[in-house]
Amino acid sequence: MPKWFTPAAILCGLMFVVSPVLIARAPDESSMGMVYKIYYYHMPSAWMFLLAPLVCGISSALYLARGRPGDDRRAWAAAELTVLFGALTLITGPLWARRAWGTWWVWDARLTSSLVGWMIGWAYLILRRYGGPGSDKLAAGVALFGAVNVPFIYISVNYWRTIHPPTTVVPRLPVEMGLPLWFCVFAFLLLFILLMTMRLRLEAARTRLDALYVALDE
Amino acid sequence: MSTERRGHAAGSPFARSVWLVLRKDLTVEVRSGEIAYTTLFFAASCVLIFAFALVKEGRAPEGGAAGILWIAILFAATLALGRGFERERQSETLRALLLAPVPRPAIYVGKLLGIVALLVAIEAVLLPLVAFLFTARLFAHPFWLAGIVLTCTVGLASVGTLFAAMLVRARSRDMLLPVLLYPIVVPVIIAGVQGTAALLQPTVEIALVRFWLLLLVTFDVVFVVLALWTFEAVMSD
Repeated sequence: MPKWFTPAAILCGLMFVVSPVLIARAPDESSMGMVYKIYYYHMPSAWMFLLAPLVCGISSALYLARGRPGDDRRAWAAAELTVLFGALTLITGPLWARRAWGTWWVWDARLTSSLVGWMIGWAYLILRRYGGPGSDKLAAGVALFGAVNVPFIYISVNYWRTIHPPTTVVPRLPVEMGLPLWFCVFAFLLLFILLMTMRLRLEAARTRLDALYVALDE
Repeated sequence: MSTERRGHAAGSPFARSVWLVLRKDLTVEVRSGEIAYTTLFFAASCVLIFAFALVKEGRAPEGGAAGILWIAILFAATLALGRGFERERQSETLRALLLAPVPRPAIYVGKLLGIVALLVAIEAVLLPLVAFLFTARLFAHPFWLAGIVLTCTVGLASVGTLFAAMLVRARSRDMLLPVLLYPIVVPVIIAGVQGTAALLQPTVEIALVRFWLLLLVTFDVVFVVLALWTFEAVMSD
């Protein structure tokens, strides 16, 4: 494990411990009251849910172009994080929607494209697990389509009529709301990097172990 | 034959390769009729089952016709794609195709056009069937309908052809094709269903139909470009 890992893991843990205090101190929103506060976890996890397929898609494109196993391993790790952060986003979103909109789910462009992105993440993992030999390149093809979906998820709220808040909300937040939000974003980003590092290390160890088994057989 | 050969040689080598791949697929299909008849029968059975289940006293639920039309087409496409490439695998002809001294994208485009032609033939039967069973006014705006159907079919087939080709060598490919295909083509199918449903309204809003058509064209362009690049990279070994 790299030297920075343990201090970063401690920092990340502390940030997640402190974040509820900061969120509790943030002012209530004018129309939704305190119900909106799930936003401080919903939006950072949604951003990681957009970042993960991009990392997966770019790594897959590199893997298809250069054929280095490292790119493939990074793509795989990112696909797992897509499913993880997608699950967090798709759980926190409906919880908020139930109180704010009065319904768990609406079939608008943002929610539908997010669900599609999450399903593409699952498809990638199912293919890696059950595709057999050669599924690495196939999965890379799936990942490219998953990455193309990301800009669509992002802009969808600005072009379709929907009740989901548009992307212009974040830059306009007052400081006392913006500060806890960015704190949470960095906590989630750190978590993303830590999980990615752990997952890559595990995969590298597995590759080494496989090579050792092969060497032992020969 | 000789004039035909000369005629093709006059075109660009890319177009000629595309035409040869397409003609090969069409010839095989016209002679056997295997995929066309089985998929058509399957799709028509799907539509009939939905009609039994949903049409009550001669009235179908609102928006039902559009959804069921596209579900039947999606199922038929899955079947046709799987079988089309299974045929190439059984007789080892895909290897021969890939070994041929033609650009890889030409093989992809030829295959894609073959699938699109097959699906359009199936749709030519399915559309009147759905219009009849669901008493839907599908043919009130034939040109807009043709535009929506064609662009949606191309979007569906572009991703389908890529994944069916890639899956030829994979284990459990029959199971994996829908798993990979459906999440990616969901946006295309949604746009197709919404566009068709907009055409079925009592008063048709052409601006709305145009919007869905434009969205479908965007999907087509993005998917075909991405598939061309991926096909080249994935089928290289």
